[in-house]
Amino acid sequence: MFEVIFLQFLNGLDKGAAYALIALGLTLVFGTLGVVNFAHGALFMLGAFCAVMFRQLLTLETVTLDPEKLSPWGAPLEIREPLVQAWFGDFGAVLVNYSVPASIIITIPIMLLVGIALERGIIKHFYKRPHAEQILVTFGLAIVAQEVIKSFFGPNPIPQPMPTDLRGAADIGAFLGMQANVITYPIWRLIYFLFSFVIIGGVFAFLQFTTFGMVVRAGMADRETVGLLGINIDRRFTIMFGLAAVVAGLAGVMYTPLLPPNYHIGMDFLVLSFVVVVVGGMGSLPGAVAAGFLLGILQSFASMTQVKALIPGIDQIIIYLVAVVILLVLPRGLFGRRGVMEA
Amino acid sequence: MTLLKRGLSRRRVLQTGMAGIIGSGIAPLMFTKGAWAQEFCNNPTGDTVTFGLNLPLTGAYAEEGADEQKAYELAIAHINGEGDGGLISVLAPTALKGNGILGKKVGYVSSDSQTKSDVARAGATRMIERDGAIMITGGSSSGEAIAVQGLCQEMGVIFMAGLTHSNDTTGKDKRRYGFRHFFNAYQSGVGLAPVLGQEYGSDRRAYHLTADYTWGWTQEESIKAATEALGWDTVAAVRTPLGSTDYSQYLTPILNSGADVLILNHYGLDMVNSLTQAVQFGMRDRQANGKDFQIVTPLISELMAKGAGESVKGIFGTSNWHWNLQDPGTIAFTKSFGAAYGSPPSQAAHTAYVQALLYADAVERAGTFYPPEVIKALEGHEFDGMGNGPTLYRAEDHQCIKNVLVVQGNENPSSEYDVLNIVQEIPRDEVAYDPAMFGGELGPAEPAPLCA
Repeated sequence: MFEVIFLQFLNGLDKGAAYALIALGLTLVFGTLGVVNFAHGALFMLGAFCAVMFRQLLTLETVTLDPEKLSPWGAPLEIREPLVQAWFGDFGAVLVNYSVPASIIITIPIMLLVGIALERGIIKHFYKRPHAEQILVTFGLAIVAQEVIKSFFGPNPIPQPMPTDLRGAADIGAFLGMQANVITYPIWRLIYFLFSFVIIGGVFAFLQFTTFGMVVRAGMADRETVGLLGINIDRRFTIMFGLAAVVAGLAGVMYTPLLPPNYHIGMDFLVLSFVVVVVGGMGSLPGAVAAGFLLGILQSFASMTQVKALIPGIDQIIIYLVAVVILLVLPRGLFGRRGVMEA
Repeated sequence: MTLLKRGLSRRRVLQTGMAGIIGSGIAPLMFTKGAWAQEFCNNPTGDTVTFGLNLPLTGAYAEEGADEQKAYELAIAHINGEGDGGLISVLAPTALKGNGILGKKVGYVSSDSQTKSDVARAGATRMIERDGAIMITGGSSSGEAIAVQGLCQEMGVIFMAGLTHSNDTTGKDKRRYGFRHFFNAYQSGVGLAPVLGQEYGSDRRAYHLTADYTWGWTQEESIKAATEALGWDTVAAVRTPLGSTDYSQYLTPILNSGADVLILNHYGLDMVNSLTQAVQFGMRDRQANGKDFQIVTPLISELMAKGAGESVKGIFGTSNWHWNLQDPGTIAFTKSFGAAYGSPPSQAAHTAYVQALLYADAVERAGTFYPPEVIKALEGHEFDGMGNGPTLYRAEDHQCIKNVLVVQGNENPSSEYDVLNIVQEIPRDEVAYDPAMFGGELGPAEPAPLCA
């Protein structure tokens, strides 16, 4: 039984890491700019499609027709030669194999630009508008982004293979000195968990230990006073929006081997992420992370056969049930601050 | 006013008018105008006739929907006498002449069902009421098929189901106006079990993950019955929501459950995701109960196998049809479809194409679009040449009885399309069953309901 519980706990951490990573970006935007950003799921999706685009570039091929050989429908058979391998040899093959992690290189600048353009171009005009209008405009933006991706890449998911060395499962039980082949877990999911941990830690360290982060935190606490000190807080908040877009984008990139991305992938996560943010407390970064892990772990345990036998269908409603209970007991969420969204 | 002064009162004018209307015979026409203009739903009066294509172009079964659309467009072109004629030349017997249906050119309207039953039903309603569709066809989920064929029964429009594999479609939910060419979960179980017994033995413990809707339930039931008859134990059967993306929380309990076989009662994108993730969990590399752990996907298609990539190699399942069969019908269809779209057709495309042709042929044989007559032409119709061997459209439940394929993921594919190998072609007599087995009532064909 210990193995079963341990595996479900591990799975909960893995799920929680994904929720926390997305909720973190959402909270960054809300905490700094006060904007309820329904386009955040679209930023996750755009990040995932950075990985798709990068792989498509790496796997460009030359196509020649072989008139000697025919396909079952009588057309000359196509002979395809990958360009990257032809140009770079073994390095090209390694690059294609590691296309998902390698696409981080292009994802960071692209998402930073997308985030800054979005904030400067549209969202800044809605700072002083009611939250309902912010939700409408960001939701509209999300739909536009989805449709653009759909028109270029089609409606169907595009599988992104993980590097061959990182396929399969790691024997964690044996690593911990237990019996072999009892506690095994997919290597890529462990990598995603560690990656989330690094990104979350990096964002906290950035806000905690850099001057830029200190100013941003001061601006989150009292925007007007920081402005009166002659600091251009708007510019810093714009960069924070860009940073939130990068975090969402990177979460999307690394998720692609686990779930083939399609244009709708962001919406699937958006609703859950909002529940995570609300449970954690609006605007609270530690709250978003804690709630992400809490809900991930609870969802995982609720899917156990023994639990489902007791309460059928609990795996489908557990997150919302917990959200209701927490909001009844702690109306501001786990780490919510007085005055946030209470005007 | 002047008329009234001359003695023509208002009452007199009305009386005279009514007498004139009744006397001239206009009245019967006035009261039965609808019946004359449309003695059955969407009776085509011009020189064209419209098919309503209800296709899941988004959602968990979107790939199948896109392939079905291509097949319908091809079928309509061939019915209209365009292109190479496809399967018309090999269908036997056939009344099709390649000049449309009863001399009317075929057109189509389509609707994205989003792989959702309520959307499928709303789309079918719209195509019948607004676009005048004479026949509704398509779909890749049994939930959609059952919802739409119920609607078609109410509206008096024939429904030629696309890909639907639940026993209920031609079982407890069968309808007089609904027809299914695709095979079903029971036939998958009967066809697959002997191969599983031969490959994996009779001492196995199976764990089922099942899509939580009509198709998943009946497939789980059928495969459980077939494998338990082999001597296998069922450890657990866990339901997963249709359209789930992350299966990790359902997969982790399997690892130490004592099961040594995972049976994935999933289809489309659900199966691609669950199979890929199961392989990521190392299930194909592990041992349980002293045996190699195995995964089985009772219903599998080329599109899913392509989507699952490496993960599908060596995995057993069943299919309705495969483009690599070597009969004249399959060769003709693969050639025709490949020339038009540059890829071989999937089983979803095949069943869609065949259904369109069979409806057109039935109307030609009936000599009318009047649905009860078309139903009579389809019921008990025996035909051949469509790639599945001799086939019977059974009158009792509107289920096609034909050969079933057991397939296996190709270990050494020669191309991106060469993803499944045909292991065995199970003759139709071995997968036939008592039509009363799954219950249900077809309901009446007449009086034909009027849709508007």
